[in-house]
Amino acid sequence: MSSQANVLFDTPGPRARLRNNILTLLATVAILYALYAVYAKFDARGQWEGRIWQPFLEPYTWTGYIIPGLLGTLKAAGLGAVFALIFGAVFGIARLSDHRWIRLPAGMIVETFRAIPLLLLIFFLFYLAPSVLGGGDYTLIALVTGLALYNGSVLAEVVRAGIRAVPRGQAEAAYAIGLRKGGVMRLVLLPQAVTAMMPAIVSQLVVLLKDTALGYIIAYVDLLNYGFKIIPAVHFGSLIPAAIVIGVIYVGLNMALSALATWLEKRSRRSRKTSAKPVVPPGAAVAPGVGSSTKAIVD
Amino acid sequence: MRVTRIGAALAAAGMLTLGLAACGDDGGDGGGTAAYTTVVDKAKGAKKLVVGTKWDQPSLGLKTGAEPEGFDVDVAKYVVKELAGGAEVEVEWKESASSNREAFLENGTVDIIFATYSITDSRKQKVTFGGPYIVAHQDVMVRADDSAITKPQDLAGKRICQAAGSNSYKRITDPPPDGELDLDAQLVGAANYSECVQKLGGNNLDAVTTDDLILAGFAKQASAAGGGFKILGQPFTDEKYGVGLKKGDTKTCEAVNAAITKMYQDGTAQKLFEKWFAGTQGLTAPTGAPQFEPCA
Amino acid sequence: MDDLIKYAPDLLAGFLKNVQLSAVCAVLSLILGTVLVSMRVSPTPVLRAAGTAYVNIVRNTPLTLVLAFSALGLSDTLDVTFSDDPGSNSFWLVVLGLSLYTATFVCEALRSGINTVPMGQAEAARAIGLTFLQSLTMIILPQAFRAVIAPLGSVIIAMIKNTTVAIAAGYLAESAFVMKDTFDDTGVSIPIFLGIVVAFMIITLPIGFLTGWLANRLAVAR
Repeated sequence: MSSQANVLFDTPGPRARLRNNILTLLATVAILYALYAVYAKFDARGQWEGRIWQPFLEPYTWTGYIIPGLLGTLKAAGLGAVFALIFGAVFGIARLSDHRWIRLPAGMIVETFRAIPLLLLIFFLFYLAPSVLGGGDYTLIALVTGLALYNGSVLAEVVRAGIRAVPRGQAEAAYAIGLRKGGVMRLVLLPQAVTAMMPAIVSQLVVLLKDTALGYIIAYVDLLNYGFKIIPAVHFGSLIPAAIVIGVIYVGLNMALSALATWLEKRSRRSRKTSAKPVVPPGAAVAPGVGSSTKAIVD
Repeated sequence: MRVTRIGAALAAAGMLTLGLAACGDDGGDGGGTAAYTTVVDKAKGAKKLVVGTKWDQPSLGLKTGAEPEGFDVDVAKYVVKELAGGAEVEVEWKESASSNREAFLENGTVDIIFATYSITDSRKQKVTFGGPYIVAHQDVMVRADDSAITKPQDLAGKRICQAAGSNSYKRITDPPPDGELDLDAQLVGAANYSECVQKLGGNNLDAVTTDDLILAGFAKQASAAGGGFKILGQPFTDEKYGVGLKKGDTKTCEAVNAAITKMYQDGTAQKLFEKWFAGTQGLTAPTGAPQFEPCA
Repeated sequence: MDDLIKYAPDLLAGFLKNVQLSAVCAVLSLILGTVLVSMRVSPTPVLRAAGTAYVNIVRNTPLTLVLAFSALGLSDTLDVTFSDDPGSNSFWLVVLGLSLYTATFVCEALRSGINTVPMGQAEAARAIGLTFLQSLTMIILPQAFRAVIAPLGSVIIAMIKNTTVAIAAGYLAESAFVMKDTFDDTGVSIPIFLGIVVAFMIITLPIGFLTGWLANRLAVAR
């Protein structure tokens, strides 16, 4: 926003500056008032009392609850991410297959898992696993499988889009120098597609990390379970402080990942390593201008 | 060249996550009872059991340190030791929330459960119960300064808590056989009883009704923190807390019953009750072992 | 199959709650998202900063926590109540929490849509003397909306599926809770699960097709 002039409004003249200043003042007052109102109300309800925040100064709260919980969350997210990437790569490529009998079933599987609410899928896997697989602890397995199937289906679409974003000429040239189908995919298309897909993949991984919190409902021992159920039970009255603390941890984690996504996107936008345009993260607009020389209106 | 670098970065990221996953992967064999057909055999043979308790229930099962503590936990330790014939047994404590107790027993995540687990006809279809080791009674907890509610019948028109996965509210709102009092109370949903208690303290509902032992734990915790709740002391049901076992494990069930009988005979049960619930109004300590349910 | 038939009325009642939640949240989150994106591109730096901060914080918080905050923070602590009846109160708390959450995704989709509008459009709008609000509402947003119909469809579909997390705000009536309750009673039942999944697909798949079709039909020809 700093380097380029904003095209949505003129450089303000005297009247606009005055109006802007008044708006700024009003907005500031409104925001500060809202923040103060929340603060005062929480205060009146005794939510800032030292006693209920005290537990978060004790080392055991961190070593005994928050860090083990965080490890549980990261474990589920890490496993989920690895399997989702594998699932996404396999089914993304399968959907581009020349053979109808591969393409169609792969498409159906991907579309189905994208349409199932993730929480229902996790519930179902959790209840189904023992009757199919016999004894064992299925909280982690159900959570990871659910995360991998759902996010893997979304990633399959990203992979498909990424491979398609590589200009036709690349594949044609590869065939022309005598590569087989596998070689074209492995040596020419995928390496270029990966660069284009990186931002979209990372932003889907942020979604995956956030969704690990659903494990709470099947009592998977994660950050939410420790932070939101056990800490308030052990320390009477600390429910809201606990929610705020673990909320901050989640936001910090996800923002770090999101920042990585933004950085990768900026890099691949500049990069000439690939002839493919960056794949847009799911849920964002397909911007014809992005990646070319067209300047964006907002950034 | 560039491609290899990206590939290397991806591989490194993959290894990082796998490594992370591996380092948290301890309880691998969990509750695997493969070698033993009954829990009592496993206690005697492997000297290692996975015990399910609540982790968020003050005075019953609360995770305050490396292992949980509370009445249920102490009873579990006593019973498990008796099962192994007096030998020390290595116990892995596993959180068993109300919502997944049946599933955990069925799929072998835990070997045995002591988790405020009321024996009911419908649960008997899926679980074999040892005990009961104590009989709790459904009661009502209100704010200490609330004089409008003095008996369960006063709950008509009041806001009571419905904790997800618990049916206690039905005793108030539904007629028999599912319920009891058939009162027209308003249900306020909550994810668990900790939330119910938070809402009660914040005046967002009028009464929390469930087993008196559970309420006593919260009330004790609240009074230590300067908050005020009181239990009406008007029990209106019997909740027989049983020891949850995998369906059909009658051999362990008999052994558990023998252990509980011994626990009452040598006075341990009364001592433990005193340890965790002393000074709570409206509670009466048990005098002898409860009548056991047949093992089936 | 018998289980599905036996519990069908309960499950259907639960699913209708999901539909109601979805309908109200869709409207609210689209409105809120539009307001947010207007803030994020506005000439007032304070509003831009507030919009950015809000989107970054809420978007990165797990929905489970957002909903828990809506019940414990907004309702219990800040006394935001919608109804004296606790059941419908928690319904509206879910609506509020889910809309506040989904609005951030609507905002991000719209913002990327604004990027698809060529610079010339904005420049021409300024050249004919339109103010910021006029050019935003008459020139930029209408084109941005048309460019992001398909992504908005995905956001709405995700939101519909997210109504199953309502249990986190203490709303114990929708189909995920009913399904869990039923499984606790009867054990796992594949027909019940498939029944609910099919019910969700009946809602989400047409939205996907419809938005895809509309996106093609309404695409701005350039």
